[in-house]
Amino acid sequence: MITASTGSTYAGVLGIGSYRPRRIVPNSEILEQIDSSDEWIQTRSGIKERRWASDDETVLMMSVNAAKGALADSGIDPSEIGCVIVSTVTHLYQTPAIATQVAVAVGAPTAAAFDISAACAGFCYGVAMANDLVRGGSAKYVLAIGVERLSDITDRTDRSTAFIFADGAGAAIVGPTDEPGIGPVVWGSDGTQHQVISQRESWQEVFGNHNWPHLTMDGNPVFRWASFEMAKTAQQALDVAGVKAEQLDLFVPHQANMRITDAMRRALKLPEHVKVARDIERQGNTSAASIPLAITAMREAGEAKSGDLALIIGFGAGLVYAAQVIRLP
Amino acid sequence: MASTEEIRSNLAEIVNEIAGIPVEDVQLDKSFTDDLDVDSLSMVEVVVAAEEKFDVKIPDDEVKNLKTVGDAVAFIERAQNG
Repeated sequence: MITASTGSTYAGVLGIGSYRPRRIVPNSEILEQIDSSDEWIQTRSGIKERRWASDDETVLMMSVNAAKGALADSGIDPSEIGCVIVSTVTHLYQTPAIATQVAVAVGAPTAAAFDISAACAGFCYGVAMANDLVRGGSAKYVLAIGVERLSDITDRTDRSTAFIFADGAGAAIVGPTDEPGIGPVVWGSDGTQHQVISQRESWQEVFGNHNWPHLTMDGNPVFRWASFEMAKTAQQALDVAGVKAEQLDLFVPHQANMRITDAMRRALKLPEHVKVARDIERQGNTSAASIPLAITAMREAGEAKSGDLALIIGFGAGLVYAAQVIRLP
Repeated sequence: MASTEEIRSNLAEIVNEIAGIPVEDVQLDKSFTDDLDVDSLSMVEVVVAAEEKFDVKIPDDEVKNLKTVGDAVAFIERAQNG
């Protein structure tokens, strides 16, 4: 007989942290390289400024800073972290995973560690896996990170994407709780639409031309899918968690575009009291990092507090998506 | 089957709801972008709402051909009859 693992009956998010790059990039700087206007950018996306990482603000450095914030928030000793999951599409090495270096830097040097590629759904994918690892007994505490330096793979002359993508990191500590702290994940993918958000060429095709394969996006089909299909996914996440919209405190969708956020809010018919994350205005689209970044911004603004019920949903290139209800630490 | 005027009137209500354009401005000869200031993202929302309202499919490739309110009404009429 093999002894089976046993974990905690319930798990929850015990701490959240984030890292915002120092340099603020206003729309005026983006406009130096594209034919557009501040008014156009703001009405199409809600973005007023974003942050781009400087040379020293590497994927590792931003991850570690966000992780340390989450650890401090949770009060968990780093040596108790049993697994580190990093979601990123901009750690520009295929191997090894950045997660192993993060584990060392935060003080969990022998934790299981790996990266995942789930684009803008990465944070929700990470939290879903962390929840199962804790409940399944494979790790007592899990550090889940979303981190991007999208400025590295953005075509600064592409007027449809240059103003959107940005940099940053966010992290969560997931561990055992007495009450359910994370609802069932509603997740999936649609590979028939793999081309609507994708890298334009493979690394092999890039050699000799420019430095990296650029990230491209076909805006209208993405907007349609995100605004309407994802609203249904978000509703399912509420339903399977047994949480009514009236009971929610916060709605924190991936910060892709303010117009998508507004369309989802309308489709979900969220009550007035539910506070909606609008970090994209100051932060741009930071892919896997955007949800924890938005949550920390709402905390700093006094809009979010411990014990709040938040509906989170990530969606992006793949296409991939994941949504769940979480209780804030 | 809905008449051209019924479709126009229902479409005008959708455009009003999504883009805040007065219903009486949504006439057959009006261009969505040039006359009504409906941008490409609002147009996607109008299309999705119209698909539900009229029980038709409006593919992404077709949306760029719907320049005027009349184009959209004609497409919906054809789709309903097809």
